[in-house]
Amino acid sequence: MDLLNAIVALLNFVIVPATAYGAQLALGALGVTLIYGILRFSNFAHGDTMAFGTTITILFTWWFQSLGVSLGPLPTALLALPFGIAGAALLMLGTDRVVYRFYRAQKAVPVILVIVSMGVMFVYNGLVRFIIGVDEQRFDDGDRFIISARDFKEMTGLDEGLALKSTQAITLVVAAIAVALLFWFLNKTRTGKSMRAFSDNEDLALLSGINPERVVVVTWLIVAALATVAGTLYGLDKGFKPFVYFQLLLPIFAAAIVGGLGSPLGAIAGGFVIAYSEVMITYAWKKVAGYLLPESLEPDGLAQLLSTDYKFAVSFAILVVVLLFKPTGLFKGQSV
Amino acid sequence: MSGNPYQEDRGNKDASITRPGMGGEIEHRDSGPARAASADSFLVGEAMTGGYGKGPDILHDCTIAVDRGEIAVIVGPNGAGKSTAMKAVFGMLNMRSGRVLLDGEDITALSPQDRVKKGMGFVPQVRNIFPSMTVEENLEMGAFIREDDIRTTMEQVYDLFPILRDKRDQAAGELSGGQRQQVAVGRALMTQPKVLMLDEPTAGVSPIVMDELFDRIIEVARTGIPILMVEQNARQALEIADHGYVLVQGRNAHTGTGKELLADPEVRQSFLGG
Repeated sequence: MDLLNAIVALLNFVIVPATAYGAQLALGALGVTLIYGILRFSNFAHGDTMAFGTTITILFTWWFQSLGVSLGPLPTALLALPFGIAGAALLMLGTDRVVYRFYRAQKAVPVILVIVSMGVMFVYNGLVRFIIGVDEQRFDDGDRFIISARDFKEMTGLDEGLALKSTQAITLVVAAIAVALLFWFLNKTRTGKSMRAFSDNEDLALLSGINPERVVVVTWLIVAALATVAGTLYGLDKGFKPFVYFQLLLPIFAAAIVGGLGSPLGAIAGGFVIAYSEVMITYAWKKVAGYLLPESLEPDGLAQLLSTDYKFAVSFAILVVVLLFKPTGLFKGQSV
Repeated sequence: MSGNPYQEDRGNKDASITRPGMGGEIEHRDSGPARAASADSFLVGEAMTGGYGKGPDILHDCTIAVDRGEIAVIVGPNGAGKSTAMKAVFGMLNMRSGRVLLDGEDITALSPQDRVKKGMGFVPQVRNIFPSMTVEENLEMGAFIREDDIRTTMEQVYDLFPILRDKRDQAAGELSGGQRQQVAVGRALMTQPKVLMLDEPTAGVSPIVMDELFDRIIEVARTGIPILMVEQNARQALEIADHGYVLVQGRNAHTGTGKELLADPEVRQSFLGG
C-alpha cells in the first residue's frame, strides 16, 4: 500500500506535471530548432512570439466567451487557437518583410540575425504588454479536472490522490497532433522536403528551382503555429503572464540544445529532459520518501534539492553540462 | 572579406546561436529578359570577361561552346579559371562583357535559377547533394520545378546508376565519394536538362571509380544531352571529348577536338606531362 501511495504521489506531483510541461517546452523548442536549421540563427524572440500568439488567442477566447460560444467541457481557447495562430503568423510575416528580409538581401551573417532577433524580442515584448498588460490572465474554462484528487482517493481507497487536469491531457493530445503534423509535413510533402533541402544546401536548393523566399515564409508560418500552440497550452495549464513567457526562452533553448540544435526529434526529447529535471530537482521528496523509507530513515526536511525559485538554474546547469560534454546534443544536431 | 559589414563574422564560433557552415553563396538576383539570337553551337559562352563580385577579372575574352550530342571539356592548369568559366556560363559571375547563348537565345541576363528552367543542368564541384536527405529525395528535389510525372525519369536515372536504386532510402551524405557524385549527376538529370554542365565530376574519387564515372558520362552524352565538363584529369577527359578548351590565366590558350589537343605537342608538354 505504501509503495502504491508513493507511486501515486510521484505521478501526481512529478510525472504528470512534468510531462505536460515537457510537451509545452518541446513545442517551443521545435520552433527554435526549425528557425536554427533553416534560417541559421537562434531566434531570441521566440518566447515573446509565444506570448503574442497567446495574447491574440486570449482576446478571441474572451470574445467567444462574451458571445456565449463554448466547447462544452473543453476550453474555449481551443476554438480561439486558429485565430491566435493567424495573428502570430501575420506578425511574423510582417516582421520578416520589414526586418529580416533586409538582412537576407545583404547576405548578413547569422550572428547579426541573432542580435536582430533580440531587438524583435523587445518590440514583441512591449507589444504584448501594451495589448494585454503585465498582469496574470487566466483564460481556461470548461471542466478543470478529468480526475480530481478526491475522486481518485474515493475510487481507489488510497491515501494519495492523483489529479489529472484537463489542461494537462489537452496539452498532451494537442502536442502529439502538432508534432505528428509537423513530421508528416517535413517528410512527406513537397514543400516540407524543399525546406529540408534548403536547410541542407541552400545553393543547390536554389539551383533545383526551390524559391528561398517561399521556404522562409513557410518556416515563419510553421513557427508561428508552433509558438502559439505552445504558448496557449502553457497559458491554459499555468496561467498567462508576459514576463514568464520571456523567461521561458531559457528552458526552451536548453531543450533545443540538449536535444541537438537543428534536430526536430532532439527538440522533443530535450523538452522532456529539461522538464523532468526541473520538476524532479525542485520537488520536495519528503512525501514519497515517507512512504518508501522506514520511519527511522525518514528525512526531517522537505528533501527538496532546490527551491522552485531556482528552477531556471536547472536548465542552465544542464545546458552547460551538455555544451561541455556532448555539444552536439542527444540527437546529433550541429556541433557547437 | 568583401568589405560588407553585414558579412563580418570574425570571432563568432558559437554554434549554439548560429548554425555553422555555409549559407547560400549564389547571389539572388532578378532575371533580365532572354532574347532571340543566332549561334552556331547549342550552348556558347562568347567572349566572356568578368570576375566574382567587385573583384578583378578572372576571365578574359574566353569562349566556350558545346554542340548537340557532344562532350566539351575545359582543361588547364590550376587557377586557370576553368570552374570560373563554367560558372560564367551558368550566370554565377558578374560578366563585364560577352554573352551566353542557349539554343538560339541570348540568356546573358538570366539568373542561375532561370537558366535551370531554360534547360541547363549544373553539377557543382562540391556541396552538390542534399546530405541529410535520402537518395530518392535528392532526385525528387532535382525535379522540383517539374509538374509532370517524374517516375520515368527517376527510373532512367536508376538504370544509369544501378547502385543508387539499391541505396534509394539511404541518406546521400552516408554514401561514398563516387556514389555521391552519381547522386549529384542524377539529381541534375532529373530536370531533363537540354545541356548538362559538370564541374570536376571526378574530383576526389579513386581511379577505378573515375573510369566508371567517365563511362556513365559518355552514356549520358549518347542519350543526346550535350555535356560541358571541367576536368583535372586532362588526358582522360580529352580522350572522351569531342571538343577541348585549354584555358590559361582565364584566356583560351588552345582549342580543338580532343584528339587534336592530345596530339598537339605544345599542349602535351605543358599540361599532359609530355
